Amino acid sequence: MPETMQTVSLGATALPNVAERRLTIAEALREAIAEEMQRDPDVFLIGEDIGIPGGFGGAFGVYLGLPEKFGHERIIDTPISEKAIAGAAIGAALMGMRPIADMQYADFLFECMDELVNQAAKMRYMSGGKLKVPMVMRAPVGTTNRGAQHDQCPESFFMHVPGLKVVCVSDAYTAKGILKSAVRDDNPVLIFEHKLLYGSKGRQSAGGLDLTAHVPPEEYLLPLDKAVVKREGNDVTIVATHLSLYRALAAAEVLAQEGISCEVIDPISLLPLDTETLWSSVRKTGRLAIVHEDTLTGGWGAEVAARAADECLFSLQAPIKRIATYDVPLPFAPILEQAVVPTVERIIMTIRTMCE
Amino acid sequence: MNEFNGLDSDKLHSLYRRLLLLRRFEERVYTNFLQGEIPGTVHQYNGQEAVAVGICDHLRPIDWITSTHRPHGHALAKGISARRVMAELYGKVTGCCNGKGGSMHVGDPSVGMLPAIAIVGGGNSVVIGLGLAYKLRRTDQVAVCFFGEGATNEGAFHESMNFAAVQRLPVVFVCENNLYGASTPYHQVSLVSDVAARACAYGVASQIVDGMDVLAVHKAGGGEAIALARAGRGPILLECKTYRYIGHSRSDARGYRTKDEEAEWKQKDPIPRLGNALIAAGLSDEATLARIAQSVEAELDDAVEFARASPDAAPEQALEDVYA
Ligand SMILES: Cc1ncc(C[n+]2csc(CCOP(=O)(O)OP(=O)(O)O)c2C)c(N)n1
Repeated sequence: MPETMQTVSLGATALPNVAERRLTIAEALREAIAEEMQRDPDVFLIGEDIGIPGGFGGAFGVYLGLPEKFGHERIIDTPISEKAIAGAAIGAALMGMRPIADMQYADFLFECMDELVNQAAKMRYMSGGKLKVPMVMRAPVGTTNRGAQHDQCPESFFMHVPGLKVVCVSDAYTAKGILKSAVRDDNPVLIFEHKLLYGSKGRQSAGGLDLTAHVPPEEYLLPLDKAVVKREGNDVTIVATHLSLYRALAAAEVLAQEGISCEVIDPISLLPLDTETLWSSVRKTGRLAIVHEDTLTGGWGAEVAARAADECLFSLQAPIKRIATYDVPLPFAPILEQAVVPTVERIIMTIRTMCE
Repeated sequence: MNEFNGLDSDKLHSLYRRLLLLRRFEERVYTNFLQGEIPGTVHQYNGQEAVAVGICDHLRPIDWITSTHRPHGHALAKGISARRVMAELYGKVTGCCNGKGGSMHVGDPSVGMLPAIAIVGGGNSVVIGLGLAYKLRRTDQVAVCFFGEGATNEGAFHESMNFAAVQRLPVVFVCENNLYGASTPYHQVSLVSDVAARACAYGVASQIVDGMDVLAVHKAGGGEAIALARAGRGPILLECKTYRYIGHSRSDARGYRTKDEEAEWKQKDPIPRLGNALIAAGLSDEATLARIAQSVEAELDDAVEFARASPDAAPEQALEDVYA
């Protein structure tokens, strides 16, 4: 076993000499929003069921307590009108505001595809660079036993759209730093979060993970376009986001006992993609596996694989493997659902065959 | 007899039984969900039973309906057996969607119900296609779209109302206005307090109905809306004023509304309302209603037993049914 083996930590590198302050992703996001709203009066929040007194505080409770702090003028509860939410965010951003829009479930993004794809992504370009759309859209993804219309991971649809930025956050530390940077970014940024990673409630369904991470109290920003190496290794590079990232880390743990050393990378940003970090890992390990919960065909893994084949083919000692949800709409029955999503076992088996 | 729209005793008792079936079904689901037997989440129909029962009584299996994320009541009222709905909620292969749909997507072509569409407003646009097919084929079918007042702020509602109107489609839009879209009160997201008023904008006829009174819904639905749509007179919007007794979904503590308001609506409960009226009119008695209740419990005992005893689907079945 190589010395680079380390125990899996959900947070990014813990800072030395700082008292541990563990937050859930939901808490970290809430803190990021509060700090940005405090800092900049142009930042506002807009979405369904986000600020109703006695209500949900957003579908996953991320906004609880914020209306009390910032009032209902800057926390705007909307009708069930995704086109209006997206359009309002885009228009306000064009006028120099910095909206954070909420999409309850990523599946509902399809209601405002035109706004996101035809308007938000293209305004800057069409204006010859004279305009910008500094908005953030938050969208929860992931299979949680809700069936075909509430479980999708549609990140890849947006990776196809020049002009958008597409990021995936998978732990509290990253979530806070990325959201704050996204608010300050001058482009439309879509932030995808996994429903089972928000907080302690998802713990069981996420395989008993402790879903908190150290979040330092002092302000920090993280770059939107940088991948993070979550675990170092020498035999195979695994690129994975969200829950799949933790499954990949769990698989790496098992494989390590068999003498297979996995380097696990959280790409964080899918568009733009940090190929520098990815390829330098692939050049070291000689093997590449990509894990995502989106379906296989046309999923973002296809893009990563194509780019790898193009840019570092001769470093590869084995075919690139994608471990993804099979090409079906998400079934409801738990047995069927778990049969189609990439499980730890499926990751382990695939990596084994790659390393034979 | 007038207060009963000319309906005979058998029909009235059958309406009563169906109201009770829908209510008790949801009560079973509630407990069995809390006991961990039902996966995922559930959006329940308690309180709104009169709407589904009053409307669906006029529909044949060839008159299709669309439904929402809150579809259990529509499914039972349209005639899917309690067994098949329950098994679907349990994720069993014997469920009405073979375990692939789940709570938010129950439906069954054999009774004329699309898998429920859990995207708010989704049914509003699909239903016009059903109506269009009926019109083009010159059948006497009618399509009914059930949706919440929350859906009326989606573009789909507006585009579909307009399209249905200009095409004179045989579609009945049944809005179940239960005052809240998740935690959001309707008055906070619309300055037009009656959904029915919105129909004028598209030249669609509309009517406001007491959605807690199965006979009122039955009359407005059958005598008027559905009959007119069948006769080719174009779409109609029925706004049924109703209330969901419980939370939006299983995790909702309902902090956004008051206990007084809930109690007030429970005063109008459609089940004792019909039961008491039948007794007062001498058409029924306590013993008869108790017998009905017993038979409902027996049907639900059987449904739960069936769901529990049914096998899971085989994992490889997850890959089937994607393409025809
Ligand atoms: C397009 C879309 N946006 C948001 C949601 C999330 N959502 C599910 S139900 C619901 C409230 C629906 O309210 P209403 O239409 O009045 O129906 P009710 O729940 O009252 O039956 C919301 C916001 C969704 N499923 N689809």
